[in-house]
Order: sequence, then C-alpha cells, then structure tokens
Amino acid sequence: MTARVVIPGVLRELAGGAHELTVELPEAAPLADVLDGAFSPWPILNSRIRDERGEIRRHVNVFVDGEDAKRAQGVHTRVGPGSTVHVINAVSGG
Amino acid sequence: MTETIVGIGTRKGLWLARSTDRASWELEGPHFLMSEVLSLLFDTRAGRNRLLVGFRSSHWGPSLQHSDDLGATWVEHPEGSIRFPEDTDTALKATWQLTADPHDDAVVWAGTEPQGLWRSEDAGETFTLNRGLWDHPHRPEWGEGAGGGAIHTVLPSPQDPQSMLVAMSTGGVYNTRDGGTSWNPGNTGIHAYFMPHNEWPEFGQCVHKVARDVATPGRLYCQNHRGVYRSDDDGVTWQSIEEGLPTNFGMTVVAHPRQGDTLWLVPITSDYQHIPPDAHLQVQRSDDAGTTWRTLSSGLPSTTYTNVLRDAACTDSDPEQPGFYFGTRNGEVYASTDGGESFSLLATQLPDVYCVRALTLS
Repeated sequence: MTARVVIPGVLRELAGGAHELTVELPEAAPLADVLDGAFSPWPILNSRIRDERGEIRRHVNVFVDGEDAKRAQGVHTRVGPGSTVHVINAVSGG
Repeated sequence: MTETIVGIGTRKGLWLARSTDRASWELEGPHFLMSEVLSLLFDTRAGRNRLLVGFRSSHWGPSLQHSDDLGATWVEHPEGSIRFPEDTDTALKATWQLTADPHDDAVVWAGTEPQGLWRSEDAGETFTLNRGLWDHPHRPEWGEGAGGGAIHTVLPSPQDPQSMLVAMSTGGVYNTRDGGTSWNPGNTGIHAYFMPHNEWPEFGQCVHKVARDVATPGRLYCQNHRGVYRSDDDGVTWQSIEEGLPTNFGMTVVAHPRQGDTLWLVPITSDYQHIPPDAHLQVQRSDDAGTTWRTLSSGLPSTTYTNVLRDAACTDSDPEQPGFYFGTRNGEVYASTDGGESFSLLATQLPDVYCVRALTLS
C-alpha cells in the first residue's frame, strides 16, 4: 500500500512538477516519517513545509484524510496505508 | 563605463535598479515576489559577481539564495544555507544581515533572527553558527524589540581579524577580540530609558544600527532607540552626539565610504510617532563625527508620514562621488550623488522598503 502526499500548486516546481508524491507504507506510521519519505528527494520542498526541527511551518496546514494534523497529534499523527495527506498553504498573510 | 546597481529589498520582493549615469534608472523585478527581502550583499571579491539575498515568506519560511549573474538565475542550497544545529532546538526565522569579511575573500557573515551570528567560508553558500555568542549567558535576557530578536548589525574590524562588533535591538552591542570565542557587552554610555530600575544597564539597550568610520576604524556611530552616540574605542564606551539634531530617534545610520568623520542619519520624530520631524522627510549629515549637524532635504517630499528602516540606506562606491540611497516604508527610493545635498526619486510605488544596497561596476 502507499500513502499519497498532495502538494500545493505553488510548490510543485520544487518536486519536479509533480502534483503528488507517493510513499510505500506497509503499516500505519507517524506523519513525520511519511513526509520524510515523500520529501527526501526534494529537500528544498521540505524546507518550505517544515523547519529544521521538523515542525510544520506556522502558516502551512497538513491534513491527513481530511483531518488537520495540527489539531491532532501534529507530526506524530498516524498515517495509514492508503491515506491521503494534503499540504495546503494556510489562509493567512496580507 | 561605470554602472551602478541598487538592490531594493521590500516587503513583497526584490527589485534591481540599474544606471550608467545615476540619473536615469531602469528598474528590474520583482524577484521573490511576495517574500520579505530583509538582507542583501553584493560580493565582488575574488572576481565574483555575486548577489546574496536573505528573504522570508510568511507561508514558506526563510531562505537564502545567491545569484552569480545579477539576478538572471538563482541558487538555493538544497539543505538550506543557514540551519540551526539540532542541539539548539531552534528554527531560523530570518536572515537580517549579510556582511563581507574584510580579511578573507571567501568569508561572509550573517546575522539572524533569533539572535545568531553565522560564518560562511564558501562565499555565503553554507554557514556555521558562532557558538561563543549563541551560548552567551546573557542570551536568555535579550529581548525582541518591535522588529524581532535579531543580530541586525555585523561589523568586522578592518584592522584586526580577531575583532568584531555585533548589535541587536533590546540586547545592545557585543564585541569579540578573540575571533568570536568570547563576547563582551559594549554599551557603556548608551541610555535605556525603558528600563526604569536601571537606565544604564550592562546590556539590553535598544540599538537600532551601528556604522563604522572609514578613516578611524575604532570610531563607530550608533543610532539608538532614543539617542545618537559615537564610540572612539571600538564599541566599548559611547558618548552622545545628539545635540543639534531635530530628534534623537531613528532607525539607520550610514558612514561615508571614503571620508572620515562623515555620516548620515534619517531622523524619526519619536518611538511613538514614526514619522519624519514635522512630517518633513530629511537627512541629517555631520562632517565632524557628530559634533554638528546639517539638515538636507532638497528633492525630498515636504510632507509625508513614512519612515526609513535600519537597513534601508546605503552608499555606493563610485570612485568620484559616492552615491547615497535610501528607501521609505511607502515604497519610494531616493538617490543623491552629491553627498545628500540634493535627492532625486529613483523608484516609486514599490512595497515597503526593508533594505537597500548598492554596487558600482567599473
């Protein structure tokens, strides 16, 4: 089974133009591990979404099967095989 | 033919203004649209033609990139040029200062938020945190000021490679004399009115900007949060030079690049009125190390409610008459090629100007 990580359009050039990245996931794993797997070939993309501590940036939201990870267990939120992770720029700024 | 390039870092991107006569300018940009461009360095040492840019996106975080073709293409280190070591449990917020080392052509210094000093030995591609300053016992007591807790001024000594001054708001001045191993506060004489229990503390002063005199490198000028000062002992003690100024508040100070004892300030009414004195945009110039001041405003708007931030003023290195440039928070950039006696509008209708740096290409 795989998990899908869907990335926002504005960042797709940092993933070689890909709309989504897939991660082999034989069993449930923390979100941090899934993002590590998805972003390992794309370190600049990773830096846009997570800081050097691995924390999701303040104005980036990550949803796991529709659930806001920041309102769940953050990067420790469990991601199951077949899950979809959406990375979205938060509605903020000016 | 001489070409001048002025880099204009704004709240919403970077513009480059180019001119061969410093009278008419061609504006190119924006680069990094919608990112706050906070620091710039033109580095032409060792045959380079490099522009380093520190910026941050409100969504996507900070970044440091460089161009070796003056903005045609940009390079970002895949792992990030500046990354706090894992044991600090700290994340970079922004790079506020980029400074070329005067002794080693490969070395670039960076000042960041939170208050970190960083050294690059590969012309700004990767940096290492200075642990002497990071581990300073005063650090937990340094404040953030209105602009964030950052090393915003980095001044290596042109005489002694082991000596350097750094400054931060609500932290003050710190000096090293041993190449960055140890750091001592250098704030004696700088007033901290906002600390009523001790208005003359060892550290904690809200230093906005420091500039070094070109002819007497141990002489420094400081625009403080209320107060303008000079040091004649390389940043250890300070004396007020605010007499004769319309106000003692401001953000920036710039030293003349070739003429000693000469500096410019852009005064602001006060810490509770961030507008020019009497709403009249002006520059204050001293030719005697702050003993006397002259108001220069020819060509500047007579009524405006903007101000000028700490890195939004600079000079170029024109061999005959160095240009002086500054940008305002309402997106205008002014240029003077006569030492500030008169100004012309270089650019308008830009976003808030955060930093301005100039390059002279012969």
